[in-house]
Amino acid sequence: MTGRPLKQIHLAAHFPGVNNTTVWTDPRSGSQIDFSSFRHLAETAERGKFDFFFLAEGLRLREVNGRIHDLDVVGRPESITLLNALAAVTDRLGLAATVNATFNEPYELARRFSSLDHLSGGRAAWNVVTSSDAFTGENFRRGGYLDRADRYTRAAEFVQTAREFWDAVDAPARHRGPHFDVEGRLSLPRSPQGHPVVIQAGDSDGGREFAASAADIIFSRHSTLEAGKAFHADVKRRLAAYGRKPDELKIMPGVTYVLADTDADAQELAAEIRRAQVGPGTTINYLEQVWGFDLSDHDPDGPLPAADPVVDSSLVQGRTRLGDPVALAAEWRAIAAAKKLTSRELVIELTGRQSFIGSAATVAGQIDEFVQNDAADGFILVPHLTPGGLDGFVDGVVPLLQERGVFRQDYTGTTLRSHLGLPTPGER
Amino acid sequence: MPRQLHFSAALDSPGHVSAPHYAALARTAEQGGLDFVTLDDSFAAGPHRPDALATFARIAPETTRIGLVPTVTTTHTEPFHTSISVNTLDWVSEGRAGWLVGVSGTEAEARAFGRRDAAPESDLWSEASDAVEVAARLWDSWEDDAEIRDVATGRFVDRDKLHYVDFEGTHFSVRGPSITPRPPQGRPVVVVALTAADLPERTGLAVRHADVVLLDEPDPAAARSAVGRLRLEAGEQLRVLVRVEVALPDGVAAAALTERIAGAAGVDGFHLVPADPVRDLAAFVRDVAPALRERGILRAGYPGRTLRDHLGLARPLSRYSTAARTAIAAEVSR
Repeated sequence: MTGRPLKQIHLAAHFPGVNNTTVWTDPRSGSQIDFSSFRHLAETAERGKFDFFFLAEGLRLREVNGRIHDLDVVGRPESITLLNALAAVTDRLGLAATVNATFNEPYELARRFSSLDHLSGGRAAWNVVTSSDAFTGENFRRGGYLDRADRYTRAAEFVQTAREFWDAVDAPARHRGPHFDVEGRLSLPRSPQGHPVVIQAGDSDGGREFAASAADIIFSRHSTLEAGKAFHADVKRRLAAYGRKPDELKIMPGVTYVLADTDADAQELAAEIRRAQVGPGTTINYLEQVWGFDLSDHDPDGPLPAADPVVDSSLVQGRTRLGDPVALAAEWRAIAAAKKLTSRELVIELTGRQSFIGSAATVAGQIDEFVQNDAADGFILVPHLTPGGLDGFVDGVVPLLQERGVFRQDYTGTTLRSHLGLPTPGER
Repeated sequence: MPRQLHFSAALDSPGHVSAPHYAALARTAEQGGLDFVTLDDSFAAGPHRPDALATFARIAPETTRIGLVPTVTTTHTEPFHTSISVNTLDWVSEGRAGWLVGVSGTEAEARAFGRRDAAPESDLWSEASDAVEVAARLWDSWEDDAEIRDVATGRFVDRDKLHYVDFEGTHFSVRGPSITPRPPQGRPVVVVALTAADLPERTGLAVRHADVVLLDEPDPAAARSAVGRLRLEAGEQLRVLVRVEVALPDGVAAAALTERIAGAAGVDGFHLVPADPVRDLAAFVRDVAPALRERGILRAGYPGRTLRDHLGLARPLSRYSTAARTAIAAEVSR
């Protein structure tokens, strides 16, 4: 370690919803829709002095075999509305909503995020995502005709246009571009943060470039210290081209964690949680996404299906596509053979994301190690239980990070930008 | 014994963008026992104001009983987003949400979106009617008991209780189901503002979809006859509140308003539109509400928790539920 001062860690809390992170079968798993659940997690995050609270989005219920997927949590509130309500019961916590740029228009979203920023006293953040999915498009006026490349340029122009509206305090903004030809002014003065914080996920070259040019925070998914360091260095290097300093973009991977009294207990608990998350039905569904045909007779605790996948199947809808199915199946067979894994064990292995597992001291040490070595600037924590799943982290790990001098004892500012150490656009 | 009336109040405060201002007004209205408050909205650049639905979501946890009815326009918005946003307002307020249906008719608003030109009001109201229809179908698209958490079979929901709404209209189509479970009130309260001289498309929307009409008709006889016509078409479940502009600088004005309200006939209540919300709402609660309560016109306290409870409106069954389908079949076969 060099003699430089300790880096300060940024932490955010994700309310897990529509996926198999949440172990809803656990008796401690509460409502996924009542306001009290969101309130509990947000209040816990604020008690832990977290930077922000984060909500994901999905605009159509997932389907498998043309039927609504029923094995995981289904149903969630509209994020911006919920965050406005959480602004009433929190004081400093940033409030981040994932909102799709494909099925919205810049003027309306700029206004909604400016309103959230005003009504929360400067705590709004927007996680920009896009979709090219005709399946989701069936719920919207525009349908789903954007191809992958187009949806990406649209997203970049969308964010740019929103910023022009946020800046147009004295005179109307006029924007003419390939995707938007608009003119107008919001019914709001400049909001406390000038521009609400912009978050972006994306590992592709285009995604990294977009984040370097336009985002304040980027997600990543790099499970090892080395991969995280490489990603960190690459993204931070890109900032100079846009006249930005390295600390103007925070890298915050989404991670799960499992805490117990001892490291051994935590490892055992983590294995149990993974088995609860990936049950027999989930295993079959996951394989069907690649194989493209009905596998309901397949034994999840046996080897992978012997037959080859069917290409160009539309069996599974509303979920990220996994790529060329035949190549993927071959890859999976190789992994399963090398590690002697059943179908279910393989899916557990494939769907695992970066996870900190151990005693509070171990987890605090792991997090600190990643941040001090520039593999990340902080983490978005995804508990496997809601609403109480963050309690142990805030009570156990946060004090240890504070003792190490790498996490704030208390908030020093009132806005999310101030927590993140980001400049406020338009400030004189 | 006079009939108890329903009361609501507009919180519109041009120039105010902070949450504490609106929260204080709503709490005052709640202290007075009003059924609900409204907040206007549009995509025009002025006056300065925040998004109305966002504002009411923001103040929901700071109030406990008052109904929250923001204007949401149907013209440049996505009906799917509107449905889940109003639904979520119902969740965060634990059953106190309504929706004052609006349209955006100006060229400036159309330019801000750049998707289409300004259209005649009649088109906008027929589109609004479709937007309310699809929102209601989406609210119903989850039956109340769709979430089962059946550990034995590993199923979180019973997918037979989630329904595609398959709406195909002139302006848009929506497949469904909603991504948000059915709201606490089943359907949040739909509110439409009308004048006696309104376009048939707007009145048609009110007759088909509204739970509450805010009627702008200053002449008492004309108001009575409009209420009679609306009831005839919409049925007894419709509540018609007559708009009354309120300025209460002194006790004389308060006494005059009390007499005007007490003398009303044939209406379900009043929608108060204060000239100065801070002054006039406080004066209403202090000077007018007790006098109305004494005469039995304003109820003491809230009869229940939800806006539907306050208005005496039943919680609707999901149209897709077995019970509702049985009821419809019985109706048809009669």
